[in-house]
Amino acid sequence: MTLLIIALYLVAVLSIGLLSHRLFRGTGEDYFVATRTIGPFVLLMSLFGTHMTAFSILGASGEAHRVGVGVFALMASSSALTAPLVFYFVGTRLWAIGKRMGFLTQVQFFRARFESDGLGLLLFIVLVALVIPYLLIGVLGGGLTLTQISGGQVPSWVGGLVISAAVLTYVTFGGLRGTAWANTFQTLVFMTLGATTFFYIVHQLGGLGAALDHVEAIRPDLMIRGDAIPPLKVVTYTLIPLSAGMFPHLFMHWLSARRMEAFRLPIVAYPICVLIVWVPSVLLGILGHVDFPDLQGPAANSVLIRMIETHAPDVLAGLLAAGVFAAVMSSLDSQVLALGTMFTQDIVQHYGFRDRMSERHQVLAGRLFVIGILTVTYLLSLVAKTSIFSLAVWSFTGFASLFPIALAAVFWKRSTKAGAVAAVLTVAALWLYFFLDGWQVPGYTVGGSGVMPVAVLFLASSVVMVGVSLVTRPPSEEVVARFFK
Amino acid sequence: MRASSAKKPLQLLLYAGLVLAAVLRLDLWLWTDPTRVLGLPVGMTYHVVYCLAVAGLMWLLIRHAWPTHLSVEAERGEQREDAE
Repeated sequence: MTLLIIALYLVAVLSIGLLSHRLFRGTGEDYFVATRTIGPFVLLMSLFGTHMTAFSILGASGEAHRVGVGVFALMASSSALTAPLVFYFVGTRLWAIGKRMGFLTQVQFFRARFESDGLGLLLFIVLVALVIPYLLIGVLGGGLTLTQISGGQVPSWVGGLVISAAVLTYVTFGGLRGTAWANTFQTLVFMTLGATTFFYIVHQLGGLGAALDHVEAIRPDLMIRGDAIPPLKVVTYTLIPLSAGMFPHLFMHWLSARRMEAFRLPIVAYPICVLIVWVPSVLLGILGHVDFPDLQGPAANSVLIRMIETHAPDVLAGLLAAGVFAAVMSSLDSQVLALGTMFTQDIVQHYGFRDRMSERHQVLAGRLFVIGILTVTYLLSLVAKTSIFSLAVWSFTGFASLFPIALAAVFWKRSTKAGAVAAVLTVAALWLYFFLDGWQVPGYTVGGSGVMPVAVLFLASSVVMVGVSLVTRPPSEEVVARFFK
Repeated sequence: MRASSAKKPLQLLLYAGLVLAAVLRLDLWLWTDPTRVLGLPVGMTYHVVYCLAVAGLMWLLIRHAWPTHLSVEAERGEQREDAE
């Protein structure tokens, strides 16, 4: 029954993608940014659904299972503050520039702003490389959910494969409009079912107070932050959600807004949406100790699914598992579409293949690229044995550290191509260094100081961007006039 | 149209509010306190209320410090580039 419900859910999502295809106007702008016609509610659901992934459902509950309530302060309240500010200060500006100049991708914007093809290519490579761990979170989450919910009958490689195929199908047919509609549906599903799961399971455990009493008796450390989450970690973690300013998939959704006023609802409602998703995830992760006190390492990612399986009847378990699928797919779809768009626009078209290839072949090249990236991600998911939470944090660290470049591009006329190139290279080098040093260390901080690597990378990226810009030739007057009207 | 000079003090006040919000996220005084408030450990209750307060601050920001000039310039620029 559970698997049947999940199958029906996948059919529903695919139908939405196929339905949206009927409104397709046959132009690139319509496929890639829905002809910039998305209103406030769909924009909110798309941005939020895209941003929240297996990370905020399975990853958050798994991390809360390990370190307790502090996870909420660490990640949720920083997202509630930082993400809307990124939309307000940067998203609105990039929307305005994108609308005025007809940009479809992030790379197009940076290439034009800094008058550099080389920077565009460099950013393309770095952004694609950083999206892969983000995609991996979704594929891992899908596999984990299906395996757990089927009682081990369906191996995790099937879940990852099913989720990848479903996303690829509706993105291919629906473009951004289909993705935005599917995201809206899926975000509503995972928010509603997340809350339902929470109330149902808490009721089964005898109420929130009793369940927390039970956990406090065996693990009092989970009720506080204590030594598990030092203050420096909380402070430096605040930089992580700045990654929202450099995610190619969020950039693409920003450009799809009909008017700038469409950003108002996402800016105000974002912190509330964060509450709706993260409070149940964190609390259920902690309450998981009632039934599963011994989950260690990556196994903790499955605590939420295990609780659904243990406490919810068959039909509800199927619906709740569909909710987890919804969270996973609502991110994967936008990431896949963003990658396909970037490859088609920034490589195939920009480097002159459009003269040698028909439009059909260009789109085919974009799809083959996406299939290639998904295949690599899928193969990695078969061997990856890591926490979804820490994998996400490494990916977000890279994106957040590139944010000073976006900030400079939008607010600082004097910022230069050389500054941007140097900052990207600095981020790439430092990210690799810290990743190789700490990716296998749970809760890794720089030298065990409590400082997250993102703080070092962000600072280095900012200093290099400013320093190199000041000693190199300023941008042309024409560029300044175009970008700083 | 840029934010009028009459709005500027309020806008600056709201920006100062954002800085204050960033500082208040670090609730050091609750770090080791397991007391329950509103059914949750107080360290979590604080951050739930914090998120609601941030939503309120964002509402004030879009109401009193909305960058209308960006939207106007984008529409004008698009019409101009279409005409060209």
